[in-house]
Amino acid sequence: MDIDNANTTAVNRLMEARPILKGVATARDVIPGMKDNLFLHAGPPIEWARMSGPLRGAIIGAMLFEGIAKSEAEAASMAERGEVEFDSCHHHGAVGPMAGVTSASMKVYVVENAEHGNKSFSNLNEGYGKVLRYGAYSEDVLKRLRWMNDVLGVALADALAASNGIDMRALIAEALHMGDEGHNRNKAGSLLFLKLLAPLIAKVVKDDAVESEVLQFIGDNALSVLNPVMAACKAMTDAAHGVEGSTIVTTMARNGTDFGIRVSGLGEKQWFTAPAEIPVGLFFSGFSQADANPDIGDSAITETAGIGGFAMATAPAIVTFVGGTPKDAMNATLEMYEITFAESKFFTMPSLDFRGTPTGIDIRKVVELGITPRINTGIAHKNAGVGQVGAGLVRPPLKIFEDALVAFAEKYQL
Amino acid sequence: MTVVKWEVRAGTYYDSVVLMQLQRGLLGLPGVADAGVAMATPANKDLLAANHLLPENVNANSDDLLIVVKAENDQSANDAIGQVDELLLRRKSSNSPNFFDFRPRSLSAAVKQLPEANWVLVSVPGRYAAGVAREALDLGKHVFLYSDNVSLEDEISLKKTAREKGLLVMGPDCGTAIINGIGLGFANRVRRGSIGVVGASGTGTQAVTAHIHNLGAGISHAIGTGGRDLKSDVGAITAHQALDALARDDETKVIVLISKPPSPDVATGLIAAAQGTGKPVVIYFIGYPPPARKIGNLQFAISLSEAAELAVNGNWELVIERKLPITNYLRGLFSGGTLAYETLLGLQASLSPIYSNAPITTNQLLEDPLRSRAHTIIDLGDEFFMVGRLHPMIDNDLRIRRMKQEAADSEVGMILFDVVLGEGSHPDPAGELVPVIREIREKRLETREPALSRVEGLEFVAVVIGTDDDPQNLQAQIDQLREAGVVVFRTATEAVEYVSLRFVTSKQSYLTPVNLDQLKQPLAAINVGLESFYDSLLSQGAQAVHVEWKPPASGNEKMAALLAKMKSKKEN
Repeated sequence: MDIDNANTTAVNRLMEARPILKGVATARDVIPGMKDNLFLHAGPPIEWARMSGPLRGAIIGAMLFEGIAKSEAEAASMAERGEVEFDSCHHHGAVGPMAGVTSASMKVYVVENAEHGNKSFSNLNEGYGKVLRYGAYSEDVLKRLRWMNDVLGVALADALAASNGIDMRALIAEALHMGDEGHNRNKAGSLLFLKLLAPLIAKVVKDDAVESEVLQFIGDNALSVLNPVMAACKAMTDAAHGVEGSTIVTTMARNGTDFGIRVSGLGEKQWFTAPAEIPVGLFFSGFSQADANPDIGDSAITETAGIGGFAMATAPAIVTFVGGTPKDAMNATLEMYEITFAESKFFTMPSLDFRGTPTGIDIRKVVELGITPRINTGIAHKNAGVGQVGAGLVRPPLKIFEDALVAFAEKYQL
Repeated sequence: MTVVKWEVRAGTYYDSVVLMQLQRGLLGLPGVADAGVAMATPANKDLLAANHLLPENVNANSDDLLIVVKAENDQSANDAIGQVDELLLRRKSSNSPNFFDFRPRSLSAAVKQLPEANWVLVSVPGRYAAGVAREALDLGKHVFLYSDNVSLEDEISLKKTAREKGLLVMGPDCGTAIINGIGLGFANRVRRGSIGVVGASGTGTQAVTAHIHNLGAGISHAIGTGGRDLKSDVGAITAHQALDALARDDETKVIVLISKPPSPDVATGLIAAAQGTGKPVVIYFIGYPPPARKIGNLQFAISLSEAAELAVNGNWELVIERKLPITNYLRGLFSGGTLAYETLLGLQASLSPIYSNAPITTNQLLEDPLRSRAHTIIDLGDEFFMVGRLHPMIDNDLRIRRMKQEAADSEVGMILFDVVLGEGSHPDPAGELVPVIREIREKRLETREPALSRVEGLEFVAVVIGTDDDPQNLQAQIDQLREAGVVVFRTATEAVEYVSLRFVTSKQSYLTPVNLDQLKQPLAAINVGLESFYDSLLSQGAQAVHVEWKPPASGNEKMAALLAKMKSKKEN
């Protein structure tokens, strides 16, 4: 076994994956293993008893949305009694930001990897304020979800059906040249997304008022493209998973309680977890570090695929989230080259003379140098339903990489 | 009791991130309990209201910047609002970008940052140093290995790897080098010049290079080897590479070779290599008896300062007649004991192994005086031969028989002998020896394969000691010998020099030449370890990157062991 050869194979599969946004469909119709009483969530698998506030809130909201429960109390007690099932999005080819809760009736983006044929899924982005992904489940949250399912989702589904799909790899590459890093900053990408969708939506939506409403919703939300970007990254990293002998990380995800990673050369459902840390960053008015929930969300799939915090050099506008300067943005990316196996062939950064983004986290390098991946993230309030309270930086615990290294050595009898 | 003060800046847009930063700045001011800074959009106003930061009668809309401060008293609140501009400005001034101060943590990242670097300076703790050096070699870089406590096995394996790749490993425990005008480690500032130095001693190299500078000359390159390079186990791998490189370097006109006492076999090999450079070489093996003051292109110094002086001022009128070198053995048949001894002393540095019945060191002892082996110097006046016999200065019989015996050995390429004239000696030694020499020659020619040239046959060299007043007629003796093809010298020193130059002693294994262009490029280096070495490189105008090095897995031995296994797996 040659680890370097295996890693070359894994990162090449990651980079050469060609994620195309093919459509929007109902989760139960497209997500493998999806069923009516199953609720997918972000991060590694977790039982109800250990779930944090925002994740519980999102589960309750989704149960209300599905009509499985009639009230918060009923939903909570059903969950407690084990009357509904939970599973990690990642076991079903799916990803979702923050709580990442996805239920059977929800509309999801369908991304297909044209190179290797695997599919990935992500829910639709709700925008800012009180939203399900931060654990809010009030009536206006549910009302917006229903509108998204019945109006926005249908318009997107029809629009995409009228196209050949949207090449997400090309979109991300372009957005990186426009100041996005693809995780915390998706302003440019969302506008590109709107630009591509607008003519299609105009073609398929007959009602002018609905068309205006849909375009307004997509355009107002600078995170519109985050979910398809995450699904694209998921399609890429899934393509890199399962390469025998590879030490490349194929998943980094958090459920608000635990941070988990998976490694290409190890098992499909073999997670290495440790308590998630609380992100450090800037807070909205009236909030402080004390309000922050431990790290949550599948959005670290962007860093796993070589963008987000790894591409900070191309997004100096947001480096101030951690009180930094454009120089720090450069250094952030340079630091991530230390622990990655390759440089992206497709995602480049003008500020580094079009060098490819650091791609393919190698657990060997993480452990050897003691440098953990840098993840840009939104910060959720620790109580369900309050929403986003800030944004900043978080790193996974070093221990999970050490555990993965030990497991790797055991599996391969090193 | 707190007070709330606010300010509206109409039509002023700031990115929310800038404003969050400003807000944090305000919160850090004395007496400030809370602060809110935001564009006054409906959503932001709701947020402020929820946190009791929205003044009731404020009139601001989406295009306006709203700044609210809650403080202990009026003074604090007003002071805080008064500092908004300063806080906004302060952020900007700290934004001046300098993109080149990233400190990599690994050698591979450093190489990407400074790809033109050909050198890696390693000064990490000894038990990690070999690993870092090995990585540097894998990346195709020369290594300046300052660290000590590197095992001998590691040193040998590193140097063998380096030799195959045409790379230098200077060290371990190498204190000093000067490459293309830039000092590595501890080095004096000396001018560029035409003197190259190979130094197995750091302070020795400093003393010599400084003295050369003070004498008005300069240094092309000073290549360190580390103190153990000249031990038998290592075999002077780096010193040989360095000599070879300096020999090929056009800028280097004179070479100085300095070492603490080398192993005798290593010294022999290096002297041969130094001869092979074809350039003037000053050798100072501290504490090692110099074989001569001068042998061909070599001069032997007796102090560091003299080494420098010879390099700068040495009389280097060289006429080295390089006939085809002799590849077989020397046999020296002396009637004079001291002549034999001085010859052995002079030749032991360049001919190895060499034996004698009158050895200088015990390992030179010839077990059976009647049977020569390898290079041999025989004192025929030794008691062993004297039993019932006249001294060989009077009676040539023993020497003639021994000459025939040696000539019958096809491995012998040269016979060296002395002819001591004067009162009491044989009246015509040449007259007795010359017919024998002719006879031996003819016999040898008959038995040899015709393709072999005469030069490769058997060469006779004589040292004739005498004066023109001696009864034997000095000139006639010399003429007789020369007519018979004997190479004649008047002193043992000259004979030693000649003999040294006639033999090939270098048994150097294959050596990939060091790429001279890499030595001549403006020096760019990666420093791993002592930060002062990095500062010193920069202050000398060299390009350098400093690696923020930590032990693998931050010293977690279990993890480090696993990583090492995974690395060795890779090599399999």
